[in-house]
Amino acid sequence: MSFWQKNLVLLSSLLFFWFFCSFGLGILFSEQISFIKIGGFELGFWFSQQGSIYTFIIIIFSYSFLIEKLENEEKD
Amino acid sequence: MEAQTLTYLFVGLSFALYIGIAVASRAKSTNEFYVAGKGVNPVANGMATAADWMSASSFLSMAGLIAFLGRDGSVYLMGWTGGYVLLALLLAPYLRKYGKYTVPDFIGERYYSNVARVVSVICLIFISFIYIAGQMRGVGIVFSRFLEVEIEMGVIIGMGIVFIYAVLGGMKGITYTQVAQYCVMIFAYLVPAIFLSIILTDNPFPQLGFGDKLLGSDIYLIDKLDKTLVDLGFAPYTEYSKSMIDVFCITAALMFGTCGLPHVIVRFFTVPDMQAARRSAGYALVFIAILYTTAPAVASFARLNFVDSVQNTFYEDAPSWFKNWENIGLISWTDKNQDGKMQYSPGSPFEGNKPNYSGDRGEFGQRLLTNMSDDSNTNEVYLDRDIIVLANPEIANLPVWVIALVAAGGLAAALSTTAGLLLVISSAISHDLLKQTFTPRISEKQELTFARIAAALTILLAGFLGIYPPAFVAQVVAFAFGLAASTLFPVLFMGIFSKKTTKEAAITGMIAGLVFTFSYIVFFKFISPELNSSEFWLLGISPEGIGVVGMAINFALMLIITRASNAPPQSVVSLVESIRRP
Repeated sequence: MSFWQKNLVLLSSLLFFWFFCSFGLGILFSEQISFIKIGGFELGFWFSQQGSIYTFIIIIFSYSFLIEKLENEEKD
Repeated sequence: MEAQTLTYLFVGLSFALYIGIAVASRAKSTNEFYVAGKGVNPVANGMATAADWMSASSFLSMAGLIAFLGRDGSVYLMGWTGGYVLLALLLAPYLRKYGKYTVPDFIGERYYSNVARVVSVICLIFISFIYIAGQMRGVGIVFSRFLEVEIEMGVIIGMGIVFIYAVLGGMKGITYTQVAQYCVMIFAYLVPAIFLSIILTDNPFPQLGFGDKLLGSDIYLIDKLDKTLVDLGFAPYTEYSKSMIDVFCITAALMFGTCGLPHVIVRFFTVPDMQAARRSAGYALVFIAILYTTAPAVASFARLNFVDSVQNTFYEDAPSWFKNWENIGLISWTDKNQDGKMQYSPGSPFEGNKPNYSGDRGEFGQRLLTNMSDDSNTNEVYLDRDIIVLANPEIANLPVWVIALVAAGGLAAALSTTAGLLLVISSAISHDLLKQTFTPRISEKQELTFARIAAALTILLAGFLGIYPPAFVAQVVAFAFGLAASTLFPVLFMGIFSKKTTKEAAITGMIAGLVFTFSYIVFFKFISPELNSSEFWLLGISPEGIGVVGMAINFALMLIITRASNAPPQSVVSLVESIRRP
């Protein structure tokens, strides 16, 4: 695979997480997972008001780390 | 010292700091004026982006908005942060690699057409102007509330400050003042939030206190809040009341809109390279998240605290902050059942949107209204939602210097966003319209002068709109996102991820996205507001979320028209290949 194709695979998998943790857990399946609780929070509520934001940060830094590795391989 | 004196002192000191920074880092070339010489450290740029991004309404109104929307408020929390993922993964690194000054620069060159460039400038000015007028209004309101000057005077003072550092300093001055403004803003936001969290749950982290048990009891704060609201007849705090498709579309429109906003994108042109652009978006989101994860906590604390201190309390026993804000005009009480106690429930306490005070006091000392009371419900209390953040220091019994700090924080939030917007408008005029399109022969020095003139004129116009706000400004700010999502995001995305998309496709896509989204909003908000409810909406999508449909139309048209038009020239294909290379 070329560098660009590897990048596209990486992007799609990270965007899947982006979608899953915000639109998925926070909105679409929020009802179904509401029986799970962390402290006083129902899981779906926590994802929509806190968790999604933390996941977004993790996604950006993971992409940044992984793509830099790919870029360095590409340059060598 | 008195609150008033301290507020003058804090605001004065913060202004002196901003101007000092601007003078020290003033721009000497167009490179410095447009993109701060492309040498900004990624962490500093992250902070500046956060300040640029978080406007007066993020700082003052968002927690209040969530407090009253409850779960529905999540659309703003996810929508206004999730866009940074798209920005960091899909746009920022490539646009930085491209390496010119503005967003229309990229569109003009990638779509090999000055028409595409000018259409994108029109979209950009449209979006940014809607946004900036709201900011100047915010500056005026903070001044008038805390410093007791007229809103007009407040706007003029705000214009003066922004004028000095944006016109002199350009992007370079703006970047470093925004870093300072971020620090002022976040400190002012966190101090009252932390104290409130300790008072209610004994947990110093608002993000955790929000999910913790109430101090001295076995009940979770959230459960108590749900129960209290349901008992009063409100919908439960933790459940959506909007339809799922609408929640989905509004969140998506805000996310895609965020990463299509020119004043946000252009911040990533100021860092040294692609890697820095990606990391910088990550840092920006960290700095934004500090406020955005605190806001929903503050919202729940404030809602619970408000109900607890108001419901069935004799007006005479109401806490002092209640009466202070009643005096300022953001709270009112209409004693419908004549029992001397305040009852809070769903529904409007009186006819009309805002209280009109008659100037007289009632038998308990409350300010009387000239509004007719609305007897279709039992609610007696009116509360302006901006009060949530503003009243926090008083609710938490914090010393007066905290109130002064919140005033300085609110101004920092409004000024930093204004300056960022101002810069993209002025560079679109001096760089994209004059230098690149209509008068290509001007020298760099002339271009810089035009950029400064354009910034000065924009500020005057924005100030004018702040003083004489057209009735629609406040309502329209939220729609800037829908417009950005349906115009700029799709062409930027396709410009990077497809080598085949043609100029005809991009021009049609942008125009169709703009016209569709704008007409839908104008129709439901201004032409037929009586039809603005879910049974008349297209697929049940409100005007706030319609940008997503506009975006889909834009993408669909681009794909179809690309097939029907001549392929882009080889130079464009090489350009796309070069920005994709690490």
